[in-house]
This record gives sequence, C-alpha cells and structure tokens, in this order.
Amino acid sequence: MEAKIGFRNTKSIIFKGIVVFFAFLITLPLIIILLYIIKQGASQVNWHFLTNVPAPVGETGGGILNALWGSFLMVLMASVVAIPVGMLAGIYLSENPRTKLAKYSGLCVDILQGVPSIVVGIVVYFWIVKPLGTFSAMSGSIALAMMMLPIVIRSTEQTLLLLPESLKEAALSLGVPYHRVIIKVVIPCGFAGILSGITLSIARVIGETAPLLFTAFGNPYLSSAVTKPMESLPHLIFTYATSPYDEWHNLAWGASFILLMFVLILNIVTKVLTRKWKIQL
Amino acid sequence: MENTIVKAENYNAYFGDNHVVKDVNISINKNEVIAVMGPSGCGKTTFLRGINRMHELIPNATAKGKILLEGENVYDMNAIYVRAKIGMVFQRPNPFPNLSIYENVVAGYLLNGIKVSKADKDVIVERSLTSAALWKEVKDSLHKKGTFLSGGQQQRLCIARAIAMQPELILFDEPTSALDPISTSSVEALFHELKENYTLIIVTHNMQQAARVSDRTAFFYMGELVEFDDTKQMFTNPADQRTQNYITGRFS
Repeated sequence: MEAKIGFRNTKSIIFKGIVVFFAFLITLPLIIILLYIIKQGASQVNWHFLTNVPAPVGETGGGILNALWGSFLMVLMASVVAIPVGMLAGIYLSENPRTKLAKYSGLCVDILQGVPSIVVGIVVYFWIVKPLGTFSAMSGSIALAMMMLPIVIRSTEQTLLLLPESLKEAALSLGVPYHRVIIKVVIPCGFAGILSGITLSIARVIGETAPLLFTAFGNPYLSSAVTKPMESLPHLIFTYATSPYDEWHNLAWGASFILLMFVLILNIVTKVLTRKWKIQL
Repeated sequence: MENTIVKAENYNAYFGDNHVVKDVNISINKNEVIAVMGPSGCGKTTFLRGINRMHELIPNATAKGKILLEGENVYDMNAIYVRAKIGMVFQRPNPFPNLSIYENVVAGYLLNGIKVSKADKDVIVERSLTSAALWKEVKDSLHKKGTFLSGGQQQRLCIARAIAMQPELILFDEPTSALDPISTSSVEALFHELKENYTLIIVTHNMQQAARVSDRTAFFYMGELVEFDDTKQMFTNPADQRTQNYITGRFS
C-alpha cells in the first residue's frame, strides 16, 4: 500500500515537472526573438535613423522616416473609420443581443475576424486600387480598418455586456432618454474596456504586411498624399530584408526593432487596461 | 379624492403571454407610506415598475389599463417625463461608478443636460443629502467616487439622487434586501422623515419591515391585489384568508 502511494507521488511529481517544463518552454521563442531582434536592431536605431528616409543603394546611413510616417498615417486613417463604426456596432450588439440582426451580424464579425489578411488585401485591391488605377495609402487604410473592425466591435460588446443592467435602469429611472444613457453612462463606464480593444486592434494591424502589399504598395520617399502609394513599417521590412544589400538588411532590422517595440508597448497597455477593468478579450 | 396621487384602474401587466399583474385597482394618497408585500413572483415589483413605466423597458413586456398620476394617465404621457417626475430606488444600490458623490446626487440634471448654476447645484446636493441622512457622513468627501461608500450609504445616495429631482412620489423596489441590518434600520428610519414631503411606495418581501414603516399595506398574491388596508388592521385582523395565511407564514 505504502509503495503504491509512493509510486503515485512520484507520478505526480513527474507530471508536474513536465507541465512546468512546457510552461517554461513556451516563453522561450518570445525571449529568443526579442533578444535576437534587440541584438540586430537596437544598434541601428538612432536619431538619424528615425528622421531620414532610406538611402539609395551604395550610400551609407538612411532611416525609416517614410515608413514610420506612413504607418502612422494609415493606422490613424483606419482608426478614424474603424473605431466609431466598431463602437456603434458593438453597442448595438450588446444592447440587442437577441435580435436576428444581432445574431447574423455577430456571426459576420466572427467570420470577418477569421478572414486571412491577404484576402482582405486582394479584395480591397479589386474594389479600390483597380478602379482608381493606382496604389494608394487610402486603400491600405481601408484594408486595415476592415481588420480592426471585428476586434473593436467584440471588445466594445463584451465590455458593455459586463455592465450591470441596474446601471442603465438608474439612469432611465431619472428620465434620461436612451441615447443619453448610452453616451453619458454606458460608454464612460465601459471606457477602459473599449480603449483596450482599440489598442489591441492597433497592435494587431500595425504589423500587417499582406493587405498593404496590393494597396499602399510602398514608397521609398516621404509622402503624405493619401491617394498615392505610401511606405509602411512592415512593408519596408519585407522589401529591405529580401534585398541583396547589407545596408538594407540593417535598415530592416532596425525597423523590426521599432515595430516590435510598438506592438509590445500597445500590448502592455492593453493588459494593464483589461486587468484594471477585469475584462475578457 | 384630490388627495389621491396615484390611482390604478384595471391595471394589467404581462411578460409575453405571462399575465403577472391582474386587474389591479388601487388608490394611494399623498404623503402616505405604502408597503407592497407578497410572496416572490406575485407581481409586486412589476406593478411598481408599471407606475413609472419602467416595466415596458423589458423586452416583451406589455401593460393594459390605466395608472393615473395626479389624475393623468401615465400611459398617455411621455415615458421620459413620467420617469423624471417619479423617483425610484432599486434593490441593489446603483450609484454611477463614473461620477463623484456630488455628481451622483445631481445626476438627474447632469445626464439630462439640464443647466443648473453651481450655486443651485450646491444647494440641491446639500438639501438632498441632508434629507437622505447622508450629508454629515459625506460632506467632506463629496468629490470622491460614489462607489467608495458602504452599501447602506450607497443606497442613501441613491435616495438622495431620487430626491434631488424633487419628485412627489418615490418608488422603492426592495430597497433594503441587499443591505445589512444596520444599514437597513438607517434606511427605514429615513422613510419616516421622507413621509413629510413625499409619497413612498415600498415593495418589500419583509413583513416586519412593512409593519414597521408603512401606513397602509397592499398584499399581492398571484398577480392579484388581494387586500389593501391600514397596516395595523391588516396585520392584526386581515379580511382575506390568503392574507392571513401569508402573515402567519403558511406560505412565503
């Protein structure tokens, strides 16, 4: 009997060891990637790197200003579209969970979230780039907005569903009309949760390359024209990393480092917000 | 008759096909404290929510019949106006977590976008909190969030919020069922003071509470208003067998 219990204990310890080992193992890829990118990229980053456009082949120096600015502009334009639309749709879904429309649009949101980013890119290519006859930052933003939408919608919906019904009743019983209840009570109370969904959606699309390949295309010069091609961080990394020049590889490493830092910071902000708000994304 | 503030005439309420309030006729006078009691699911809360048209906010909920507020049928009035005119306090304290204590008291004005000068707001806040017996406890922390208060204080804050709108009638939906005994007695003590200026309708599943605080008591059973009488009369000598059974604890 005692031997049997001893055997069981050993099995338990072995099992626990295996679980701990794999829990540790899954942190390794991230740590290795982080260290590698920091090693390769951090040394590239300096003021010159952030404030100059890439140098032509054969010249040293050069930076990623065009890509930084392009990514910023395109994500900003995508946010301007996706955040209000996503919030309004999320409000509808949380307020009317049992309607047919909510069921079907909720399903569509899930499917949209699952659409591969390259497919989003090609659709926008055929809808906008081809008819207009030119690659443009605007079309890139539309592709990014489509990818942001489901995250903003779902996080808004989930956050608002967590708010107790009694909160809305408190406002309604004071004679507050429905639209003011939403604007003055529901959204402010769920603000942290909605904000965390927004930061998460930005973190997700800022690194997207595939939808930008056929839409914003890329541009070696600094540009603010939304109807013209524009560079972005992931696209710059893609083109420069696959080039045959060492100078350009370094540029790509530096850009990777910057992009990674962005995503990391946005994710940490999201984590802090969700923890504060105790929401499930 | 001119003393009547609320009068229900053949009032019926439904959730879908479920008939939860059946042909209720009742007449409530000004400055009375009315207790509405009855077993769970007897329609007392639904009746209460019918008075300020909160009932119809629930999907599938409908109502028939009349509820006259000072002679005017609330179902002919704008629901928003009815709700602003009648105060309501809920089962669980529900102060707005994004607003301070001060803002919570004047929430009815803030959220409705009614412009009130700072001086007037100060007066409203002090008067309402004083009436709700909360002023002394919170006067130094008016700009803290309302959710920092204890449950009983939060409930009194909700009462202050209702009073601030200067209603004549305040509805209470089991206002103490989520509170501890000490908070409960402080809220109950408040009812006696509020009676001077307001009419109170208090839904409660607690018979002792009904007996302690009310002038008249309405007993609901299976959606019907079984008996409505002076509280003392009802607890000592109920007219209906069902009331007697309920009071003596044969069912609950």
